[in-house]
Amino acid sequence: MKQFFSFVKKEFYHIFRDRRTMFILLGMPIVQIVIFGFALTNEVKDSKFAVLDLAKDANSASLIQELDASRYFDLQSNLTSYADIEKEFRKGSIKLAIVIPQNFANDISHLNKAQVQVIADASDPNVASTLTNYANTIILDYQDRLLQGKKLPYTIETQTRMLYNPQLKGAYNFVPGVMAMVLLLVCTMMTAITIVREKELGTMEIMLVSPLQPLKIVVAKAVPYLLLSMVNIISILLLSVFVLDVPIQGNIVLLFAESILFTLVALALGLLISSAAASQQTAMFIALVGMFLPTVMFSGFMFPVENMPKPLQVISNIVPAKWYFNIVRSVMIKGVGFAAVWKETLILTGMLLFFLGMAIKNFKIRLA
Amino acid sequence: MSYAVTIASISKTYGAKQKLVQALSNISLNVEKGELFGIIGPDGAGKTSLFRILTTLLLANEGHATVDGLDVVKEFKAIRNRVGYMPGRFSLYQDLTIEENLSFFATIFNTTIEANYDLIKDIYIQIEPFKTRRAGKLSGGMKQKLALCCALIHKPSVLFLDEPTTGVDAVSRKEFWQMLKGLKEQGITILVSTPYMDEASLCDRVALMQSGKLMQVDSPRNIIHSFPHKIMAVKGSNMLQLLNTLKQTKGVADAYAFGEYHHAVLEDGITTLPIEQVEMKIVQPDIEDCFIALMKDHAAQ
Repeated sequence: MKQFFSFVKKEFYHIFRDRRTMFILLGMPIVQIVIFGFALTNEVKDSKFAVLDLAKDANSASLIQELDASRYFDLQSNLTSYADIEKEFRKGSIKLAIVIPQNFANDISHLNKAQVQVIADASDPNVASTLTNYANTIILDYQDRLLQGKKLPYTIETQTRMLYNPQLKGAYNFVPGVMAMVLLLVCTMMTAITIVREKELGTMEIMLVSPLQPLKIVVAKAVPYLLLSMVNIISILLLSVFVLDVPIQGNIVLLFAESILFTLVALALGLLISSAAASQQTAMFIALVGMFLPTVMFSGFMFPVENMPKPLQVISNIVPAKWYFNIVRSVMIKGVGFAAVWKETLILTGMLLFFLGMAIKNFKIRLA
Repeated sequence: MSYAVTIASISKTYGAKQKLVQALSNISLNVEKGELFGIIGPDGAGKTSLFRILTTLLLANEGHATVDGLDVVKEFKAIRNRVGYMPGRFSLYQDLTIEENLSFFATIFNTTIEANYDLIKDIYIQIEPFKTRRAGKLSGGMKQKLALCCALIHKPSVLFLDEPTTGVDAVSRKEFWQMLKGLKEQGITILVSTPYMDEASLCDRVALMQSGKLMQVDSPRNIIHSFPHKIMAVKGSNMLQLLNTLKQTKGVADAYAFGEYHHAVLEDGITTLPIEQVEMKIVQPDIEDCFIALMKDHAAQ
């Protein structure tokens, strides 16, 4: 045991004395959370819009004010002709244009029916549809208010509730994703690299010609990364709760335990890669291409898996991060208990045993 | 008397069928307990392969070997407990200090620096003033000393040193061999490989290797003694031209540069050479002369 702890201590020396490693290990999660939280957001906020108000009456003015007052829109300019709309879109200064026809107020009060045209820049289809949805909602709200006191023959009112994430915040989606990515990066890549580095530097040669069992070497190399991952899990959770306002709805102990399970899967993968790779570059390449990309693509954190072609959906099942992502989303955001994620947990456990078995089987007790 | 190391018909090949490289072919030799045994040979002779087989890092294709009476294949775990190994390349942790490296290796081998301090004392004392310096920042000679300390810290019964003096300056080399003598007196069997033929005379016995084959195993004295020819050392003003002249001179079997002289191997019965205005003297053959002759014979076969 003393040998083992001495090895772990040595491993911490390696980590703490290499600033680059330190930064990747501890800075990466914070940087990723901050980048995803504030820069790479797909939420729509303060989108510029223009108005071609041909009515210029009390109703059109208040409708425009409603739009401008919402946090989704920001009035950029008042236009005077249809041609200007095109011009503004081409300049890229607006994302949405609202056209209010003549006699707007008149139509409302006398015909009980008025039209508003909403024109969106659909070069980014997602943003365009989100914006028109928001604009429609605001216009409908406005209509409801106008109707107060009056009775229509019949109305169907839809009441939409966005469960678990009423404000449709992107953070609810990417916090689980970043957790999966960071754990994978720290555990898989760093473990693989650190073992392969010993091979490259020749220190593995001396370690093998020592009483230390090879298995102990490998486990001792993984321990520091397991501990650092726990620090990372805690720092990501703290950041998401206190900076991004994403609450932890479920059992925090369950969340932590599941995270440790995923960490172990990632570590086992790292060990497996290290037994196959001969150089640090190869190890890094396998970890990045073989682990990182599938995680981003198939975990469901950037692209919904349900919308993928069937073969890709099947492939996504072998990506551990997909299951972990589901677990975190369920436990952290939805607040469900173990009963809801036992299947994912079982799959991850199976993967852990498989990868660990493979890694131990492939570990070389000699040089060649 | 039991041997510290026995090697019986060891062969080792690398690579796939098409590009087979014969690293070792049919090597057999024994090393006695307490011996300082040198394995001499140029790069690519197979020294490192042989060391790796003995230290259980590689499996031989054919043959058997034992270290300290233990089979290198079946009892590799026991061997790993009791040998000391210093690979050719500096293989300590560069980002750890001298002290940290040493205490790490001591712990790995279930011992402490204090327990075996007397063994490494003479060597460690030379690098102790720098003990808080990281190993990566040490000079070549100091690195070697540290690596030797780390290989010795668990009082191994057999010590394997793979080219310990390659890339080390002449003074440090001398010191290093002095240290090996000291260790030998403590009863440790030492196998050391080196490409420098002048180091052969410092060993009790040497094995000369070339392209995976063992050419001779004997004590340096016997090797010199069995050298059949006389050697003429020649020195002139234009050494390059002199060497060409020597090679064409009748009665000279071979000629090559040897330090500040040229050595001419004389054919039987020849005692002088018909070359003028040069310094000429018959000298005792050096172990290097024997090796050069052996290697040339071998290459000619």
